[in-house]
Amino acid sequence: MVDEKPSNKQQTTNNYITMKLYLKIWRQKDASTPGKIVDYTLDGVEGDMSFLEMLDILNEELVSKGEEPVEFDHDCREGICGTCSLQINGEPHGPDRLVTTCQLHMRKFNDGDTIVIEPFRANAFPVIKDLIVDRSAFDRIQQAGGYISVNTSGNTVDANCIPINKHDADEAMDAATCIGCGACVAACKNASAMLFTSAKVSQFALLPQGRIEAVERVQNMVRQMDLEGFGNCTNTGACEVECPKGISLTNIARMNREYLSASLKG
Amino acid sequence: MSLIKSSLARKYVMALSGLFLVIFLLLHVTINLASVLSPDFFNEASHFMGYNPLVQFLMQPILIIGVIVHFVMGFVLEIQNKKARSIGYVKYNGSANAPWVSRNMIYSGLVVLAFLALHFYDFWVHEMAYKYVEANPEDPTRYYHETVEKFSPIWRTVLYVISFVLLGLHLWHGFASSFQSMGVNNKYTPNIKRCAKTFAVVVPLLFAFIAIYHHLNPITH
Repeated sequence: MVDEKPSNKQQTTNNYITMKLYLKIWRQKDASTPGKIVDYTLDGVEGDMSFLEMLDILNEELVSKGEEPVEFDHDCREGICGTCSLQINGEPHGPDRLVTTCQLHMRKFNDGDTIVIEPFRANAFPVIKDLIVDRSAFDRIQQAGGYISVNTSGNTVDANCIPINKHDADEAMDAATCIGCGACVAACKNASAMLFTSAKVSQFALLPQGRIEAVERVQNMVRQMDLEGFGNCTNTGACEVECPKGISLTNIARMNREYLSASLKG
Repeated sequence: MSLIKSSLARKYVMALSGLFLVIFLLLHVTINLASVLSPDFFNEASHFMGYNPLVQFLMQPILIIGVIVHFVMGFVLEIQNKKARSIGYVKYNGSANAPWVSRNMIYSGLVVLAFLALHFYDFWVHEMAYKYVEANPEDPTRYYHETVEKFSPIWRTVLYVISFVLLGLHLWHGFASSFQSMGVNNKYTPNIKRCAKTFAVVVPLLFAFIAIYHHLNPITH
């Protein structure tokens, strides 16, 4: 990550850039209790902190005051696992591009900023508590067809023995970089999961090992996507812009082709 | 069967009906242009469209079905999409990641639909009354004057021009988007987008120009 010059609005204290932030955070006790935005003021935030570290500091303050900490999803904290989420000032993973929330630095904000932090919103992603949502709908879409059947009984063919066009291999790998974080759903005005599903369809559709079950795969995954209650894609492209892994809209077009072809084949 | 129920099928229906309406717009603007360039040809073409049985009893119903399918499916999609996020964001920065036109197709579409109602009343209802209620004889020379007279009131010309602006915005996103919906996103896509956006600007501009031209046409003054 390239270091950036601190904003004029940030304060320099003891050689550290620190900020005072006004946080508006969605608090919700559990799935069945209505939530609300709660205001917090957090001082001494450094530009080198990640967004999640900033929330850690807030939680330490809350715990020390005997208050309930803000619950949020996190795991690897290096942009790989797809666990962190958060709608930050109206954008999934915040204002930066091609990063997850755990990779978002606080130097992207200025001293005195108000930051609105909400959970990813979609009926298919119900809130569990505070900022944590249930994204198991993605797991069920994956289970519906996001796999290949390989004989592992002792006569497995080395995958590298099958020649694959470099362009196809690259595109399949690009699609496979989807970490299933759900930013595409969160960004879409329709809460559509087309970018996620199409990335999972594409990574197999482009490779010979995936062609064997291609017809059933796209039909089953799209059916599951619809059953989960995601919205329809209207090609706004918001998902592509907000995707931390840069998954392209070409994957959605490929899924549209695959599905049409599969449906016509019956 | 799965095709009929799926979200992707709804995309295909929107895209194909939209592409069909784009082709119709091209035909419509071409005939309209004749009213500026050659009133005689405009009369001939209008008379052909008004009395040819193939146009009247096959193409016209197909066109009406195309329009109905497009806007009914648009409403269905909008309702389903709203249902997919029943609790909205406190702060949603839509302009950060998608252009206004792509996020507001329902509104540009609603204006175009309201315009279609006015346009149908102005021309189609009038034509049906002329032919079937009043049972007037065929007159292949009447169309040019009727068209010019229609644009004589300023209010109608203004309403038409506003509608054409919204039509342009609708086409700006919708035309190129229909290719993506049908699975076309390849090395030709940048050129497809350029052509679609040129169409979205030029065709509504021509429609607006023709309306203003006839409003200012000296034969009604």
